[in-house]
Amino acid sequence: MIEAKGLAKRYGGKTAVAGLSFTVRPGLVTGFLGPNGAGKTTTMRLILGLDRPTEGSVTINGKPFSGLYSPMREVGALLDAKAVHGGRSAYNHLLCLAQTNDIPRERVDEVLSVVGLSEVARKRSKGFSLGMSQRLGIAATLLGDPEILMFDEPVNGLDPEGILWIRNLMKRLAAEGRTVFVSSHLMSEMENTADHLIVIGRGKLIADCSMAEFIARSTQQAVRAVTPRPDALARAVAGAGGRATITGNVTADGSGELELHGLDPARIGDIAFAAGVPLHLLAPSRASLEEAFMELTADSVEYQGAAHEPRQLAGTGKRTS
Amino acid sequence: MTSFTVQPGQPTPAERVRAVPPAARRPGLAGTLRSEFTKIRSLRSTYFTLIAFFLAGVGFAVAAAAGNRANGGQALFDPTATSLQGAVHLGELIIVVIGALVITSEYGTRMISTSLTAMPRRGVLYAAKTVVLTCVTFTVALVTSFASFFAGQAVLGPGHGGASIASPDALRSVLLSTVFVTCCALLAFGLGAIIRYTAGAVTTLFGLVFLIPLLGEALPTNWFHDIARWLPGGGALEPIIATKPLPGQSYLFGPYGELAVFAGYAAIALIAGFLLFRRRDN
Repeated sequence: MIEAKGLAKRYGGKTAVAGLSFTVRPGLVTGFLGPNGAGKTTTMRLILGLDRPTEGSVTINGKPFSGLYSPMREVGALLDAKAVHGGRSAYNHLLCLAQTNDIPRERVDEVLSVVGLSEVARKRSKGFSLGMSQRLGIAATLLGDPEILMFDEPVNGLDPEGILWIRNLMKRLAAEGRTVFVSSHLMSEMENTADHLIVIGRGKLIADCSMAEFIARSTQQAVRAVTPRPDALARAVAGAGGRATITGNVTADGSGELELHGLDPARIGDIAFAAGVPLHLLAPSRASLEEAFMELTADSVEYQGAAHEPRQLAGTGKRTS
Repeated sequence: MTSFTVQPGQPTPAERVRAVPPAARRPGLAGTLRSEFTKIRSLRSTYFTLIAFFLAGVGFAVAAAAGNRANGGQALFDPTATSLQGAVHLGELIIVVIGALVITSEYGTRMISTSLTAMPRRGVLYAAKTVVLTCVTFTVALVTSFASFFAGQAVLGPGHGGASIASPDALRSVLLSTVFVTCCALLAFGLGAIIRYTAGAVTTLFGLVFLIPLLGEALPTNWFHDIARWLPGGGALEPIIATKPLPGQSYLFGPYGELAVFAGYAAIALIAGFLLFRRRDN
């Protein structure tokens, strides 16, 4: 459990984080979203006690980070995969971290094999690819078998295989009942991983809700259909109380595409069947979550949960990034 | 206890692997000392620096002794100081690099944030670094000082004024030069913690031990004599390894006094470095 209360950080005159309050709960992957420069990394550094908050406080299971009994057994954090001394071997890097918390040597070999780096364990990390560095960073977070894991932009610069591996790892860690807090500036990245979302923009909280809630809120209830008889389907749907728009897109075999509103896909399928209209495709069409997220963070719109509608604030310029 | 390997892309069942025994007591200085020793011994730069210091120190002793064989009989010729000159000056030149690197390399590579995430108690981390650096440099400096002394005396030989370790003040000079070199490392470490950049820390140190004493000599002689004994380098360090009187330098403290002055500078840098390390964002 990570709890931030009125967390604020200013560097000189620049405000990085402005009064953030949120809770990160166990058993879930909590996505920490915001555009570049929104204050995600700063917030994570404040949680870890690397930077001191200008105002407010943040605790891990009720304690400040530096007050933890055995920090690595409670929190594993990967802020920057390249934050290692490149002249040191992967094994020695992990060993020197493990030793600070009296974690036995054998655990180093174990986590190296979990992340698939056993074969390069004795190689200096200077020569590691970004993907290997990420794995080394993740191995470090797993050393103490902690209940809380934090990853800052873990998939940045990774190939699809690496991305999939990290996603699955995060899901597995959460399924084991751990707290997983992962930041990203890409909604599409969170869509498949996160159960809960904390969205910030310009250092302020924009949304704190479940992924399902966020999707429901940002999804336009539209259904996409492809049929060789678009006009017939449009008439049938309109007759049943829905709205149909022929998009004008035509497939290779001459079928037309429609966008249908006001009815769910099951109902539309029944209507098409009753009207004898063959369907080649019928799928719910969501407004891209990415678009919804960008819309959300483009202005300094503040709302929390589903209780309030977004309020547009006047005079919001382009955010700094 | 079971263990499993995750193949890339393959999810594994949601089973918990209790792989780490709980901490018997709160992890602290003991583990962090081991950690810092692992850090220092796992870098090539450590070995390059220490071996370079040893070889250059002994080489300098041999060369200085060979060049001074003709002076062997003179009353003021100091065979001990001649053989230790190299070690102390190379301490100021080479050992300072490893002292600074112990902390500045962590800032340079951003490893510091990883280290502080593992051990967030900054006092513990700083103390562990200080102790490990002290032990490593003291050991290497001790070996180098003795080796320099014996190599130098072997070249001089009894016929050219060579001293023995039992000669008056010889052992004291060897040990004080060891402590001096250790203090060089600690001064550099403190400056490294303050400045956080290797180049900046080493340059500042060179300014302190080479440039400031040089500028001091530009002062009117009586002023210079008043402050010289308080300077962190230059001629003020000569008494530390001297076993014979230094003519015309009676304005300086003795060996222990001058070493204490230098150690004082190192202590100030260490304490200032610690206060900043504890307070600043890392």
